Amino acid sequence: MTEAREERRFAEVPRESIKLMAESAGVELGDDVAAMLAEDVCYRLREATQNSSQFMRHAKRRKLTVEDFNRALRWSNTETICGYGAQDALPFRPLKEGELFFVEDREVNLVELALATNIPKGCAETMVRVHVSYLDGKGNLEPQGTVPSAVQSLSDDLLKYYQQITRAILGEDPHLMKVALLDLQSNSKIAALLPYFVYVISGVKSVSHDLDQLNRLLHMVKSLVQNPYLYLGSYVRSLVSSVMYCILEPLAASINPLNDHWTLRDYAALLLSHIFWTHGDLVSGLYHQILLSLQKVLSDPVRPLCSHYGAVVGLHALGWKAVERVLYPHLPAYWANLQAVLDDYSVSNAQVKADGHKVYGAILVAVERLLKMKDVSLTGAAEGSAAALQNSAGGVIGFRESSPGLSPPPEPLSEPPLGIASHLQAGGAGCQWEEWTPVSLPAMYCELYSFFGDSLAVRFSTGPALGGAPSAAPIQSSDSRKEPGNGTANLESTRKMPQLTANMNISPRQDGSPRTEPAPPSLAATASGRREQARPSSRSASQSRDIFPKTRFTPPQAGPPAFSFLIGGRQMGRRCQGRRFQTSFTPTPLLTSLPPRAYAHKLPVIGRVSKPVRRWTCSHYSLYLPL
Amino acid sequence: MAAVQDGGSELEGEKEPKPELMNDGSTAPAAAPSSRPEDQQTLLAVLQFLKRNKLIESVDALRREAGLADEPEEAPGSEAAGGAGGAAAGSGELGDAGALLSRVSGGSQSAAAPAPAKGGDDQPDVSVVLSAYSQQGDPSLYQVYYSGLKKFIESVLDCHRAELSQLFYPLFVHMYLELVYNNHESEAKSFFEKFNGDQECYYQDDLRVLSGLTKKEHMKGNETLLDFRTSRFVLRISRDSYQLLKRHLQERQNNQIWNIIQEHLYIDIFDGMPRSKSQIDSMSGSLAGEAKREDNKTKVYYGLLKEPEIEVPLDDEDEEAENEEGKPKKKKPKKDSMGSKSKKQDPNAPQQNRIPLPELKDSDKLDKIMYMKEATKRIRLGPESLPSICFYTFLNAYQGLTAVDFTDDSSLLAGGFADSTVRVWSVTPKKLRKVKSAADLGMIDKESDDVLERIMDEKTASECKILYGHSGPVYGVSFSPDRNYLLSSSEDGTIRLWSLQTFTCLVAYKGHNYPVWDTQFSPYGYYFVSGGHDRVARLWATDHYQPLRMFAGHLADITCTRFHPNSNYVATGSADRTIRLWDVLNGHCVRVLTGHKGPIHTLAFSPNGKYLASGSTDGRVLLWDIGHGLMIGELKGHTDTIYALRFSRDGEILASGSMDNTVRLWDAIRAFDDVETDDFTAATGHVHLPDNSQELLLGTYLSKSTPVIHLHFTRRNLLLSAGAYNSQ
Repeated sequence: MTEAREERRFAEVPRESIKLMAESAGVELGDDVAAMLAEDVCYRLREATQNSSQFMRHAKRRKLTVEDFNRALRWSNTETICGYGAQDALPFRPLKEGELFFVEDREVNLVELALATNIPKGCAETMVRVHVSYLDGKGNLEPQGTVPSAVQSLSDDLLKYYQQITRAILGEDPHLMKVALLDLQSNSKIAALLPYFVYVISGVKSVSHDLDQLNRLLHMVKSLVQNPYLYLGSYVRSLVSSVMYCILEPLAASINPLNDHWTLRDYAALLLSHIFWTHGDLVSGLYHQILLSLQKVLSDPVRPLCSHYGAVVGLHALGWKAVERVLYPHLPAYWANLQAVLDDYSVSNAQVKADGHKVYGAILVAVERLLKMKDVSLTGAAEGSAAALQNSAGGVIGFRESSPGLSPPPEPLSEPPLGIASHLQAGGAGCQWEEWTPVSLPAMYCELYSFFGDSLAVRFSTGPALGGAPSAAPIQSSDSRKEPGNGTANLESTRKMPQLTANMNISPRQDGSPRTEPAPPSLAATASGRREQARPSSRSASQSRDIFPKTRFTPPQAGPPAFSFLIGGRQMGRRCQGRRFQTSFTPTPLLTSLPPRAYAHKLPVIGRVSKPVRRWTCSHYSLYLPL
Repeated sequence: MAAVQDGGSELEGEKEPKPELMNDGSTAPAAAPSSRPEDQQTLLAVLQFLKRNKLIESVDALRREAGLADEPEEAPGSEAAGGAGGAAAGSGELGDAGALLSRVSGGSQSAAAPAPAKGGDDQPDVSVVLSAYSQQGDPSLYQVYYSGLKKFIESVLDCHRAELSQLFYPLFVHMYLELVYNNHESEAKSFFEKFNGDQECYYQDDLRVLSGLTKKEHMKGNETLLDFRTSRFVLRISRDSYQLLKRHLQERQNNQIWNIIQEHLYIDIFDGMPRSKSQIDSMSGSLAGEAKREDNKTKVYYGLLKEPEIEVPLDDEDEEAENEEGKPKKKKPKKDSMGSKSKKQDPNAPQQNRIPLPELKDSDKLDKIMYMKEATKRIRLGPESLPSICFYTFLNAYQGLTAVDFTDDSSLLAGGFADSTVRVWSVTPKKLRKVKSAADLGMIDKESDDVLERIMDEKTASECKILYGHSGPVYGVSFSPDRNYLLSSSEDGTIRLWSLQTFTCLVAYKGHNYPVWDTQFSPYGYYFVSGGHDRVARLWATDHYQPLRMFAGHLADITCTRFHPNSNYVATGSADRTIRLWDVLNGHCVRVLTGHKGPIHTLAFSPNGKYLASGSTDGRVLLWDIGHGLMIGELKGHTDTIYALRFSRDGEILASGSMDNTVRLWDAIRAFDDVETDDFTAATGHVHLPDNSQELLLGTYLSKSTPVIHLHFTRRNLLLSAGAYNSQ
C-alpha cells in the first residue's frame, strides 16, 4: 500500500476511512481487508466518475453535476446518493480535532419554512426569444444578453476580473462588495474595462425597483470616480446621467412608502456634486446640462414630489450658486404647488403630503445654506462681487482638496465653467443663470421669509453672527425638516400661499419672450427696492398681490435696495423686458422688474410650459391690459 | 459485442417474421453472411451464447442461415489449432478465422475457458476474451521487450519510423493489460509509468482509464477495456516497414511481442511508399485503430432519389406577380428545371424502390409545392453573400436544454430538457392547437370544406406545449417531415413518438434498455434511427414496436445518428471516435471513417448526398467523401465541442455551432473543390489534407454566453441557431 501512496495519480480513500465506516456499520475489518476495500472503492469511484462524464457531455454542459454522477451510479446498479442535488456549492469543512472533513449540512427549520410569509415564486417560464444576431453575416443589431459581447474579446484575466467584480458588487455578500469597491477604487489596470463598468452602471434603469441594487451601482460609480488611475473622459456624461436617473426619476422602488428612496436620492446627489467637482472639466457644458435638467424637473408640476425632492437636493449638492440660480427664482412658482399639497388634509393625500414635507424640508435646508453662504461671501468680499469671485475661486482650490465631499467648495468651482461672457453671447433660453446677477442678501431674505416665515427667520437671525459659527445652521435645519409638517411654520406658509399665486400671475407673461428674460433677473437682485415703488401700482390690479408686498417688506431694508436700484433700472431699460413692454407700457417698465422669483416662471420656457401656467398667462394679460 | 450484450430476447425478436415493408426481409444484421472476420467473430459469440442457454433450435437455425456448417464445433478442441493459428497468421492478413477461433475458445493455453461462464453474467464472453491474456512471459521482462522494440523503431529509417511508431500504443496497452491480468500489479504500474509518456496525446483519455485499472477483478465489466479486447486494433503499414519489423522480431526471438501482434493486432499491409507521420496522424485516433481498407470498398449509392413530379399549380403566384415583371416567363423555367432534375437519373443514386418508401399524401404534395415556391426565393449563398443568422435563445432554461430541432419549414421548434420534458414552440404567429376531444369531433360536419380547421380546439391555442412522458433527460428530438409527429429519445431507454395534433404520446419504443443519445426521422418519414449507450443503432418504422434493423459494430456509445438524404443509408457517430455508415437495406456497415480524436457529437450530410461532415469534442470538423470513403478536409477553429453542423440548402456553406459560443461558417464548395481525388488516393486511402482551415473560414459569430447546440437553414437560406442562455 505504501507504493500506492507514493504515486498519487488519483484521489484515494484512506484505509482509516474504510475502517471507520465499517465500524459504524458494526463490522470489524482487518488492515489488509480495509486496504483491499479502499483500493476497490477508489477504482469504482473513478469508474463512476468517468461514466458520469458522458451524461454531462450529452446534456451539453461543461459542469459535472451530482445528478450526472447519480445517473452513472444508477446505470451501474448502485444506490444513488440523495440530498446533494442543489445547485449551490457545498461548503466542505475541516474539523480541527481528528482531521475530519465533512460537508456542512445546515439544519432547516421546517416550521419557519412552512409558515414563511414570503412564498418563493417559482422560477420564470422557460421560453424562446429570437433575435437577429447577424444580418448578412455582419454585425450585431441589438444586445441579446446582459454581458456586452465585446467583453469576450478582452483578455481572459480582465474578463475574469470584470465578472468577479460585477458579481461581487451586485451579489449578496456585503463584505465582498466592500472589497470589490475598494479594489475598483484603487486598481490601476482596469482602464480597458471602464466602458463595461459604465455599461453595467447604465443598468440603473432596469433595476429601478431595487433600492439595494441602485445603491450598489451608485457605490460603483463612486469607486470609479475616485479611482485616480482612470481617465473618465466622455464617460462622465454617461455616469452623470445614471446618477441623475437615481436622483430625479420616480423610481419604481418609491411606490412603496416603506422604501427609503430619499436616502438614495441624497446619496446620489452628493455623488453628483462629487463627480462634478472632480471631473466637471472633462465635459464642456456639463454644469448647464445638469442645471437644466434639474430645473426642468422642478418646473414640471406633473412630476411626482420625489422627483422634485431629487431636484432640490441635487441643486443643494451642487452648491449655493446653483440654488440661487435655479431654485430661488423658481421658488414662488413651485411654492404654490407644494402649498396645495401641504394644505390638503384628506386622508388619501396623507402619503403625498408626507412627501411634500420632505420636499419642503429639502428646500428649507437649501435656502438656508444659500443665505448663509451668501452672507459669508458678501462679508468676505466687501468691495465688489467680481473681486469676491476671484477670491473665492482661489480659496476653493484649497477647499476642495481639504474636503471635497462637502458643500462649501462647489460654489466657486462651479463658477469657472460658467464662462459668463460666453453664455451671455449665447443668449439662448438655456443660459439664463449665467447672466444672473445675484439678488442682494436682504432682498432675498425678505422674499424667503415670506415663504418660510419664522422657521427661516430663526436661521437668518443667527446668520449675521453665523459668519463665525457656520455649524449652527445645519443643526437647525435638520430640526426644521421635521417641523414644517406641523406648527407655526406650516401655518405661516399656508397663509402666504396666495402671494405666490399672485406672483405666478405675473411671471407667465414673460413666457412669450424668453430672450428678454435674462436681463431682468440680473436686475432683480438690485431691483428689489424698486419693486417697492413699482409694485403697488402694478399689483394693485389683484388683491393677492397687495398682500404680497406687505408681508414681504416688513423687514426694513432701506439702504442697499435704493442704491442698487439705479443700476438695475439702467440695465433694464437697455435690454430685458425689452421691447414688448416698452412699447406697450412705456411709462411703467419698472413694473416688470418684478421680484426675481417671478422670472423663475419663465424657466418653463426652457423646459416645458405646463398648462396651468398657460392659463395664468392669459389671466395675467387680462390683468395688464387695463394698465 | 453489442449483439451479445443485448441478450437473447432481441435475437428472438430478430427471428420473428420481418415487417412486410422490408421485402428482402429475413436477414438479421447480426447474422449477415459475410466473410469479414468481425462478423464471424460476432457470430461465433452468438452461437456460443445460444448453446450455453440451451437454445439448440436457434443454434441450428442460425447456423443454417449463416452457412457455417458445423464449424464452431471445432472450437473447443482447437487449442492446437489456436496455437497453430498464431503461426498461421504470420502473414497478418491471412488466418483471421483461425486466430479468431482460438481467441474465442480461450487462446492456446486455457482449454477450459470456453466452458460455461458464470451464470447470470451480463457479458458472458468477458472471461473468454480476457483469458486471451493468460499466456504470459516473465513479467519483469516486459519493460525490456518494450524498450527493445522502442530502440529498434527509433533506429530505423525515418520513412519507416512513423509507420512503425503506430505499434507503440496498441502494444503498450496490451502488454499492460497482460501484466494486470496476471496479477503483476507493481510491474504493471512501473511499466505504465515508464512508457506512458511515449504515447500520442490523442490517446490520453483512454490512457487515463487504463491507468486506473490495476487489478484483475476490475477488468471485468470495464467497457473501454472490453472494446479493446473484442476488436483487433487495426494498423496500416507498408510492406517494407512490415518486413523490417518482422525480421527484427524474428532475429530477437521476441515471442512476447510477436504473440501480441498476432493475437490482438490486425496489420493491414499495403504495397508502396510508407506513409508520412501527418498522414498517419490524420487517420488514427479511434479506439480500434484505422479502418481496414476493405471496410470501405463497398459501393455506396450516394445519389439522391428522383423527386416525384408534381405540377405546380398556376394560380398560386398572385403575390409574386407584383414584384417580378416576367410572370409567365418565370413559371416556365421553374417547371423545366424541375423536370430536368427529375428526369435525369443520377448514376450514383440507388434504385427508386431499393427500400420501400411511404406513398406521398396530398398534404405532402402541398408541402412539396410550398417548398419549391420557397426555394425560388432562396438566397444564393457564397463567400460574398453570407447568410443572416437568427439566434433562438432559450431563456430561463434552468432545467437544462439538451436537444433542439426545427421542422424543415422552420415553423416549429422543439426542445428536449434534462427534466424529462419536451417542449414544442410555434415560432410563427400561428398558435399550437390540439384536436378536439372525441365527443366534440362527433358533432362536426365532416363534409364541410374547412373540416381540418374545425377539428382544432381553439381553446387550447398556445405558443408552447409541454410533452410529459419520459423519465429521464431527453437527449434527442426530431420532427417528422410532415410535421405531424415528434420523436424524442431519453435516458430512460425509450424513444417516444408524439402526435403534434393531440400533443400526446403515441408510442414508446423500447429496445435500447440504456440511454438513447440520439434519434432522427428519415427524410421521407416513416423510418427512424436511434443510437445510444448500448452501442447498437436501431432502425425503426413508426408502426412497428420492434426495430427493423440493428446496426452493431461500434465499440462505444453511439452519440449521434443521421439519415442520408436518400434514406438508404444511416450514419452513426460514436464515442469510439469512428463514424460508420450503414446500409438500411441489409444492415451492413459500408463505411468506417476514422480520424477524429474525440467522441463525435454531430453529423451532417451535404444536400447532394455526396459528402459528410462530422464534428467532435476535439473541436474539429472533418469532411468525408462518402463515395470513396476518404477524409477530404479538416476544419480547425472551434475551441470546444461541436454540437451542431448544417449545410446550407444548396450546400455552399457549412455552418458549425459549438460549446465555445460561436457559430462558424465555412466555404464548403471550396473545401470540396480543393481536393483532387485521384485514383491512387482512392485506391490506397492515403489522404493528403491541405491545411487551409483559415482560408475556408468565412466568419466567426459570437453568441452571448449561449452555447450553440442546433443549427438549421430555412428554405430561403436564413441560418437559425439555438441554444440556452447560460447565465452562470
